[in-house]
Amino acid sequence: MSEPLLSIKGVSAFYGSIAALKGIDVEVMPGEIVTIIGANGAGKSTLMMTICGNPQAREGSITFEDRDITHLPTHEIMRMKIAQSPEGRRIFPRMTVFENLQMGAATAQGGSFEEDLAKVFKLFPILEQRRSQRGGTLSGGEQQMLAIGRALMSRPRLLLLDEPSLGLAPLVVRQIFSAIRDLNQREKLTIFLVEQNAFHALKLAHRGYVMVNGRIAMQGTGKELLEKPEVRSAYLEGGR
Amino acid sequence: MSASSAAKPSVVTHALKDALIAGIVAFGLFVLLLGFLADDTLGKLRPLPRPVLLAAAVGIVFVGRFLVSLLYYNAAALRLLLGELFVSILALAKRFRFALLAAMVALAIAWVLYSPGDWPLATMIVVAILFAVWLGLTPALLALAVLFPIAFYSNPYYLGIAIIILTYVMLGWGLNIVVGLAGLLDLGYVAFYAVGAYSYAIIAQAYGWSFWVCLPLAGLFAAFFGVLLGFPVLRLRGDYLAIVTLAFGEIVRIVLLNWVSLTNGPNGIGSIPRASFFGVPFTADDDGFAARFGFEFDPTHRTVFLFYLILALALITNWVTIRLRKLPVGRAWEALREDEIAVRSLGINPTNTKLTAFAIGAMFGGFAGAFFATRQGFISPDSFTFPESALILAIVVLGGMGSQIGVAIAAIVMTASFELFREFEQFRLVIFGFAMVGIMIWRPRGLISSREPSVYLKERKTISAEHVAEGHG
Repeated sequence: MSEPLLSIKGVSAFYGSIAALKGIDVEVMPGEIVTIIGANGAGKSTLMMTICGNPQAREGSITFEDRDITHLPTHEIMRMKIAQSPEGRRIFPRMTVFENLQMGAATAQGGSFEEDLAKVFKLFPILEQRRSQRGGTLSGGEQQMLAIGRALMSRPRLLLLDEPSLGLAPLVVRQIFSAIRDLNQREKLTIFLVEQNAFHALKLAHRGYVMVNGRIAMQGTGKELLEKPEVRSAYLEGGR
Repeated sequence: MSASSAAKPSVVTHALKDALIAGIVAFGLFVLLLGFLADDTLGKLRPLPRPVLLAAAVGIVFVGRFLVSLLYYNAAALRLLLGELFVSILALAKRFRFALLAAMVALAIAWVLYSPGDWPLATMIVVAILFAVWLGLTPALLALAVLFPIAFYSNPYYLGIAIIILTYVMLGWGLNIVVGLAGLLDLGYVAFYAVGAYSYAIIAQAYGWSFWVCLPLAGLFAAFFGVLLGFPVLRLRGDYLAIVTLAFGEIVRIVLLNWVSLTNGPNGIGSIPRASFFGVPFTADDDGFAARFGFEFDPTHRTVFLFYLILALALITNWVTIRLRKLPVGRAWEALREDEIAVRSLGINPTNTKLTAFAIGAMFGGFAGAFFATRQGFISPDSFTFPESALILAIVVLGGMGSQIGVAIAAIVMTASFELFREFEQFRLVIFGFAMVGIMIWRPRGLISSREPSVYLKERKTISAEHVAEGHG
């Protein structure tokens, strides 16, 4: 296989003096969907935020497209071909859907705005219907679609998705995950997905990592992990 | 079909007959009332015939009665005719509203220059309501502002108040960039107003440059101070930002008070050069405005000029803000107000975004300051105290943050009510406080709290406050 698009080597990150990440190694190959699953507080979102430089990694290195991004400020990292749909969606509630999407294209190069917009509207047709509506008036699922759409407007090579299924109805979750699969298969977009919904995430992903207490506890292909009894008992059948 | 065509001639004849009778009655009524004028210019009274006026009056009655009685028998036709007339007039007016405004401006200027008159207040109010219904609120306010000096030409007191109001409108719009758009709470905006005023006063006195050279310089200085304030507060938000900006406003005032060699300290700077009409001063001598353009000298010329000057400056502020909102930097300000983390995650540099907001907001404060200095002719640190900042902020907040027209209305209401309640000087702040409490109860998000999208597909949709902000601002 070729060079990894994103490679995280021995990364540790701290909130004050508390270690949230303790030597994480993760690689994402071009064209892959890679997922990180784990319980609350395992450090999944922190890993996502550390890639984006907030907080910055205290140890280890993060490289994207062969460039060391470990110590770059957030906005410079996001100017490269990385886009993020952050946890809790964080769309701009008072701005319209269209204005939100325009904001997503703030760092896009060249005049491909209309084309990108058409792609987003094709992926999530509901957004086109809602285009003059305020972000804050959308339903949760629509807001998630908007957050993903906004991230796509910058023409990324790597899309970081932080808990896209958070607080959504099962039907909407399925819709969003099928959109993610579409993006990966049709657009060859590389996707790094942090999820609590382990079943859906592992079914979708080529490879997965399981995080426990700031460390990578297990890794493997999505299928392998789904079949592992530890994973099943901890994340899939735990409630039963 | 046949019935209606058969009925038609009889309707027309009937109407004609009816109109003829009305015309004869009108002639009988008007022949002495309008037909003759009692003229006593030559010492003795004699009747002066006015046949044209009489003919016009009788003609109007005749034609009017004819139309009424013709259409009275055909109510549907009447409705159709009037309706279409109304709709087409409305459409025409809407279509050429800018031409109409331009014509009004030209008319206004011509009126002021050649035939200064005085329109009573009632006329102004009627005109205002007509404009508001006809053109909508914004053009109505604009038209009123343009016509104001004509209506109150002989009343410099009202002109003076209007100039103060417009100064606050401009300050409100300037601060609106920082507070309303970028969401950075600034309690020291008066500092930039002061910097603009002092830089204008000092430069104009030291180098004798004209107002039009010093104005951009004053704006530039104020913008520089905006960046200066911006740097230390980049990491701050909300309450902490408010405290630092409050301190900044005080620091500027105290420096002005103590740097006696430059600012003349508490005694202030006097005899600041007056604004000229593009180089022509408003003086009574041969080089003055009145003499150059062939008018009788009148000190009100200067006041009217100042009025239009601040109106233009305020409108420029408004126009620039509206344009900026459609540009990436303005969009980034609004996004920054909504969610700073999301803005960073989109690759926008929040530092630059905040600094540009501070700088541009401060620049307009500086312009307003320069205007203030040239209007007053005297400035001292007393004019730039904290209550001034609070008033401007109150205008922005009460007007509805981010809404241009709301800020303008709030500025008019607040400043004008200060003048109205001048007799109750001691209760002014109490009334002010009640007004604030009232607005917070009934319009918690400001007078005009809907945000108009800066891009829209087919039609503008303003969305009411309930959807606009959940839990913030």
